[in-house]
Amino acid sequence: MRAAIITFPGSNRDGDVARALRHAGAETVAVWHAEDSLPPGTDLAVLPGGFSYGDYLRCGAIAARSPAMDAVRAHAASGGLVLGICNGFQMLCEAGLLPGVLMRNAQLRFVCRRQHLRVERNDTAFTSAYAKGQVIDVCVAHGEGNYIADPDTLSRLEDDGRVAFRYCDAGGELTPEANCNGSLNAIAGIWSPGFNVLGMMPHPENLIDPLVGGTDGAGLFDSLCRAKADAA
Amino acid sequence: MSADTVTITEELVQEHGLKPDEYARFKELIGREPTLTELGIVSAMWNEHCSYKSSRKHLRGLPTSAPWVIQGPGENAGVIDIGDGLACVFKMESHNHPSFIEPYQGAATGVGGILRDVFTMGARPIAALNALRFGSPDHPRTRHLVSGVVHGIGGYGNSFGVPTVGGSVGFHSRYDGNILVNAMAVGLAKTDEIFYAKATGVGNPIVYLGSKTGRDGIHGATMASASFDESADEKRPTVQVGDPFAEKLLLEACLELMASGAVIAIQDMGAAGLTSSSVEMGAKGNLGIELDLDAVPCREEGMTAYEMMLSESQERMLMVLEPGMEEEAQAIFRKWELDFAVIGKTTDTLRFVVKHQGRVEADLPIKELGDEAPIYDRPHEPTPPRPEIAAEDIRPPLRDSEALIALLNTPDLCAKNWIFEQYDHLILGNTVQTPGGDAAIVRVEDGPKGLALTTDVTPRYCEADPVEGGRQAVAEAYRNICAVGGRPLAITDNLNFGNPERPHFMGQLVGCIRGIGEACAALDFPVVSGNVSLYNETNEIGILPTPTIGGVGLIDDCARHATIGFRRDDDVILIIGETRGWLGASAYLAEICGREDGAPPPVDLERERAHGGFVRAAIAAGRLDCVHDISDGGLAVALAEMAMAGNMGASIDTLPDGPSHAVLFGEDQGRYLIALPEDAAQALIADAQTAGIFVMKLGRTGGDALILPDNQAISIEALKQAHESWLPEYMAAEPA
Repeated sequence: MRAAIITFPGSNRDGDVARALRHAGAETVAVWHAEDSLPPGTDLAVLPGGFSYGDYLRCGAIAARSPAMDAVRAHAASGGLVLGICNGFQMLCEAGLLPGVLMRNAQLRFVCRRQHLRVERNDTAFTSAYAKGQVIDVCVAHGEGNYIADPDTLSRLEDDGRVAFRYCDAGGELTPEANCNGSLNAIAGIWSPGFNVLGMMPHPENLIDPLVGGTDGAGLFDSLCRAKADAA
Repeated sequence: MSADTVTITEELVQEHGLKPDEYARFKELIGREPTLTELGIVSAMWNEHCSYKSSRKHLRGLPTSAPWVIQGPGENAGVIDIGDGLACVFKMESHNHPSFIEPYQGAATGVGGILRDVFTMGARPIAALNALRFGSPDHPRTRHLVSGVVHGIGGYGNSFGVPTVGGSVGFHSRYDGNILVNAMAVGLAKTDEIFYAKATGVGNPIVYLGSKTGRDGIHGATMASASFDESADEKRPTVQVGDPFAEKLLLEACLELMASGAVIAIQDMGAAGLTSSSVEMGAKGNLGIELDLDAVPCREEGMTAYEMMLSESQERMLMVLEPGMEEEAQAIFRKWELDFAVIGKTTDTLRFVVKHQGRVEADLPIKELGDEAPIYDRPHEPTPPRPEIAAEDIRPPLRDSEALIALLNTPDLCAKNWIFEQYDHLILGNTVQTPGGDAAIVRVEDGPKGLALTTDVTPRYCEADPVEGGRQAVAEAYRNICAVGGRPLAITDNLNFGNPERPHFMGQLVGCIRGIGEACAALDFPVVSGNVSLYNETNEIGILPTPTIGGVGLIDDCARHATIGFRRDDDVILIIGETRGWLGASAYLAEICGREDGAPPPVDLERERAHGGFVRAAIAAGRLDCVHDISDGGLAVALAEMAMAGNMGASIDTLPDGPSHAVLFGEDQGRYLIALPEDAAQALIADAQTAGIFVMKLGRTGGDALILPDNQAISIEALKQAHESWLPEYMAAEPA
């Protein structure tokens, strides 16, 4: 698994996701946002968390128009895997690679806390190491993670089974208290129609170590490395 | 406002915060009338904030060295050796005055400033902490200030990408007119790649880096060196505006530039901006500095030399570069889309020369601007000792269980989740202990080492007895680090006091420094960096004396650390350290009895050291993993916190001798609560007895309630309800 991690001015979880991928056995390459192509042999393009361009204008809006995003778009169009976490999810929505938008959290405050997620399906390149319906304990850290889409888009996402993760409580129930930002249908992450592009607000990359909160995030990166191995 | 059209009047001198004798001294030094720019420069260099003129005499007495100290006070931050070729770089600094006037930007730029101090030395920041003090919750402004300050700290730190891992928050009416925002940053560097502010070499280029210079923050340092009155709001234009995005770029660009070998000296532009940074670089290196302001990147047109020299625009750096490496350096800064300009050179004249539009706007002796700043030995009165209060003289107004619930629901002792959930405390993936423990633990890179970090002070003790309060602040930091298994290495101190021109407040400063010094010496816990914030006074009401201590300790193996929550059913709960039931100046006395009198609990530094060493050794040996220090609210509050954190109750059947309310809520120092399985407990008791350390069995863990003697049971749910409800309810309520 060869992962290209795009660093934008203001990215700050690029190192965290690189560490998680290496931990799972992937090779990582840092790509500067001004590059207009991905390194040869890239399997996975990663848009990391952070505050690209200071979140000025709108979160992810400026990054979505950078040269490297054209390369990511081309990679996705040819079926390549793309993972956008937090600010990366916001970029994917701004770039039109995923539908909907991430608004300010309903409580109007930044939220950093441990968060349970329900894994909605495990027959994808991103989630095969989890069980369907499994509840995982990861974390969130964002001010604009409130997923909103128009009713048609939302029902298409639901009908196509493209919701990847939902905010839930420890028992897997979708309660208002467990929904940390007010997202519609408790959506924490969604796929593109081809299931090769995943955008998610939570941070699995910070939960890969028993000493630092647990290992429930590692499954995502293990799944990706396994997907590459299976494809080979 | 050109230099040669302005006559320097007495009024103008006063507006610049210079006393008549200081101005006379300055005129004598330069042998003529100064220009307006020169007056601005000297006012910036000789104010309290930059010159430490009231405190310097007393700060000299603090212990600042130890075999592991690489750099003590006097640089941008302190540096200690943590082994494996790594150094920990850290400092705490206040941003009190600006945060009261404009809480979001004041707090945000406080965080920005301290992060810059750390990465200026070549260290990548790995953790941030803070210590906040607000006025009474009933004060109409408090809610707005809490909201703005917390939002500002989060807004800056989250975007910059450093985990905010700990801190302390307190409320008291004495902070109604002057809140405290003390921000601490901790970074990692290689021991042989530390960068300093001292310029070397004549004729080397001086380079300006980072954001452009605007008109914000002019006279910020002077504002921070004066008391407030009703017109404090009018000072809003002196508050700087932060841009964490620019700071993140500056961090990456600086570290990349440092790695290239081009940097001789570096200094961030903090208080008094371009003036202070260039004077300090020259004075430290025994060199002159010549600046050409025409080259300074400006945000606005028509800025005068005076404005440029006093601007406190954020996210700017000054460097002395190796000659011939300008182009390489410039390429790095262009990549990060930051400004880069050669604005001057080092000289051998020992003069600080500032040119603008072909005119010399300032020509001053550089050493005297810093080194010969006035130093005062201000009159100081010791705080009269308060009588001790005997436990028997305090009639408990509530049953102990009711008092416990009430204490957990107070502003000072309640859960602070509402605050720390707004700080990204998990980024970088090394936060082993998140906020809410005794000390935060941040793993060093991939481990196994970790740093234990804490900020502590008990202002009501300092008010009651400055010397004892100063000792206690250091001792509590020491204890909190030991409680998680860390070896305390060094501290940074942030001394927040009232008006030093009043002998009573000056006496508090002198007393606290004395106490801090005694504790640092006894505990081998030297001061390596610090900051002094005086004039925290509004309409002649000064704050409680608040010498915040930021402590750093080292854990050899992060896998062996302790946390506060009960872990196992049927563990034996032990108390280490003697309990006399000291209620003077306690949280119980203030919150339950409505009295803020009495002498504070004395600190026995020898015992502090022995108990801390004992606990730390047991944790490092893998014999102990559940520890909590006993501080505000005493034994009962500590037990409740352990139960809530572990979601497990406890049954307490024996207490030390004395009236139960005094034993449960007294704040005797040097104590820890621990919980461990029966066999391990027996072994530890035997070891403690051999070491001459007092230890006593109190009860056992288990169940879903904390059961105090006399069958006073409180469910964990009720404890949590009391503990967790106050702050969110307060913040959600409409202002009165």
